[in-house]
Amino acid sequence: MNKLVKREELGALAVTLQAEAAKGAGVARIFVGMSTCGIASGAEPVYAAIAAALAEHKVQNVELVKAGCVGLCYVEPTVDIQLPGKPVVTLGNVTPERGRQLVTEMIGNGQFESPFSVNDAAFKKQVRIALRHCGRLDPERIADYVREGGYQSLAKALFELKPEDVIKTIKDAGLRGRGGGGFLTGLKWELARNAKAAPKYIVCNADEGDPGAFMDRSVLEGDPHCVLEAMALAGYAVGARYGFIYCRAEYPLAVKRLEIAIGQARELGLLGENILGSGFSFDMQIKLGAGAFVCGEETALIHSIEGKRGEPTVKPPFPAESGLWGKSTTVNNVETLACVVPILEKGSAWFRSIGTEKSPGTKVFALAGDIKNVGLVEVPMGMTIHEVLEEIGGGSRDGKPIKAVQTGGPSGGCIPQSKFDTPIEYESLTALGSIMGSGGLIVMGSNTSMVNIAHFYLEFTCDESCGKCTPCRIGNRRLFEILDRIVKGQGKMEDLLKLEELGAVIKDTALCGLGQTSPNPVLSTLRWFRSEYEDAIKRGQKPVTYSILAEKCVGCRACVKACPVPCIDGTAKKPHVIRQEECIHCGACFAKCKFAAIVKE
Amino acid sequence: MKTPDSEVQAFLELEAYIAALQVAGSDTAGRRAVLIQVLHKAQDLFTFLPEEVQKFIAAKLNLHLSEVYGVVSFYHYFKTKKTGKYTVDFCLGTACFVRGATKLIERAEKMLGIKMGETTKDGRFTLGSLRCVGACSLAPVIQIAGKTYGRVTEDQIPAIFNEYKG
Repeated sequence: MNKLVKREELGALAVTLQAEAAKGAGVARIFVGMSTCGIASGAEPVYAAIAAALAEHKVQNVELVKAGCVGLCYVEPTVDIQLPGKPVVTLGNVTPERGRQLVTEMIGNGQFESPFSVNDAAFKKQVRIALRHCGRLDPERIADYVREGGYQSLAKALFELKPEDVIKTIKDAGLRGRGGGGFLTGLKWELARNAKAAPKYIVCNADEGDPGAFMDRSVLEGDPHCVLEAMALAGYAVGARYGFIYCRAEYPLAVKRLEIAIGQARELGLLGENILGSGFSFDMQIKLGAGAFVCGEETALIHSIEGKRGEPTVKPPFPAESGLWGKSTTVNNVETLACVVPILEKGSAWFRSIGTEKSPGTKVFALAGDIKNVGLVEVPMGMTIHEVLEEIGGGSRDGKPIKAVQTGGPSGGCIPQSKFDTPIEYESLTALGSIMGSGGLIVMGSNTSMVNIAHFYLEFTCDESCGKCTPCRIGNRRLFEILDRIVKGQGKMEDLLKLEELGAVIKDTALCGLGQTSPNPVLSTLRWFRSEYEDAIKRGQKPVTYSILAEKCVGCRACVKACPVPCIDGTAKKPHVIRQEECIHCGACFAKCKFAAIVKE
Repeated sequence: MKTPDSEVQAFLELEAYIAALQVAGSDTAGRRAVLIQVLHKAQDLFTFLPEEVQKFIAAKLNLHLSEVYGVVSFYHYFKTKKTGKYTVDFCLGTACFVRGATKLIERAEKMLGIKMGETTKDGRFTLGSLRCVGACSLAPVIQIAGKTYGRVTEDQIPAIFNEYKG
């Protein structure tokens, strides 16, 4: 493909590609889900086996695609087969053996054994906006994206819309940041547009650090171009010419696919100088993180891009006024950006028609933990937690009731089963003491100890606290020590009050978003599962009791002599008895007894 | 073990990498901006970042050594201690935790006779941890030499470790 220098050429290319696809209407397409989790489950040998079988049977008219993830993580590796004029058939848990067999079935009668029932009600409850292309195109081929109408929104904006119009559309759509806070994206862009300092920068926050969240990885691995196009659009809207994608080093495949995507977009003239002859220039580079959770916070992220320690700074000034190198910087999360192109394509009214009044659109959730259907789901905002967990997630693995669900990662909280009828929205989750966060939903089965979960998160926070502000650095350490005491059975009832008081202080006084939300796991579990804390403390307080086994006691009186109280009754050569109400549990009698007649419980 | 020759080679390669970034003429902010990517490259070449490598980078980028060390010590990804031939990383994300990652760690610690963060005497294994690799569907997950093992059970630990002999 040659470099495109005019808008018409992009349109023409899309038409050609679509025509080619239509000409090949008789072509079957086989998609093998090959993102990180698919590959770890063994998708590579499956792909090789299918390719070999296709060659062996000399099958024509088949396109074998290395696609992203469709989100059915629990049955990976997955293969999607689209026969001409038929709906897509999904097959799960495919082995290389089964892969070869699939080819035989396909060239046979076109009927597949035990296909995965994707067309059930649960799957239909999903609405795919951010994940719309994941698993349906080859992320390493820009032609696939262009064929699906990719980069047309950018072209339309560059030639038909003023930057203000783009901002207005996003603002009207009510798109809110999907990375945590839920700030209005359009407003963020407007603030940046109005900032004086030039040059301006666009930053894509792909430092998906919340344990249990992997939707951004999935988007980057499955549909990288939608993020690049959105960044260019954001650049046009706010008046920036350069962007950075800050991606975590733990996602090597995402980085590789982004590099390929950026290279191909440049070659095609969709990034770089004078895009499509519009006079607008935009380019970008990838910056690698280095394993610091706090770098998901936007000011910390900016410092990390500058090559410094990723420590946050006080807001205001907001990055829109003073960010990278003191210039106006717009930071948007991957999933947020993935919604931008669909909004410009279909309009703000369409986006508003999905979801709720205050939280329009969809949210991608990563279901993990003690749940049957682990994977990625994209649902309209306002769906209840119950619907997501039971109807889409299939309930718990062991079939027992789910005890709680954790949202928002280390900054979020645990929501008890009694609140599962809550619709998922930014405000409603905050009211329950949790947050939307990036969208990890970690399911806790009936055996999970909520005290241990809080302990786990606090350990994480202590480890990841950057150390800049005292409430987070020392406050969380103290919280952790108190929790540790409780877990080890050395807690006291007044510790619970201390946890609450200290947690509230940290929330009020910590410098950044990480610190201000770090007590949430403790506070929310205390709020909903207080009895578990009390039980843990009581278990620890319960002293050891000693008693004498009458059948073993010979009445030697050694224990009576050893007892400091004394509280052991009995006459010589007859079994003795300990008066439990007076016993101080010192264990002196236990140590003295030579006949193993005293037992400890 | 790296021979001195290969170490010289690594330094030369690092020097060439830094030169290709063409930041020598830039201001401090420009030179600082490439620090983290240079450290990534250096760790690829040396497997860890000993003091002499940090000094070398500081000199080449004309940054103070304290700043380089400050960055190295801030980020978990950068290691200043020599690690074993294979680093076994246990994912400690929430999903893996809920699905029993700590039991896997206990088993591995017992088997190798070392604690997390330590290296076996024969220099074969280092036990480390990761914060969520984003493969939560496969929890609990361990990674060895870039390979991801999913849905690992305690009993599989010895067999997995045995794949990495010598």
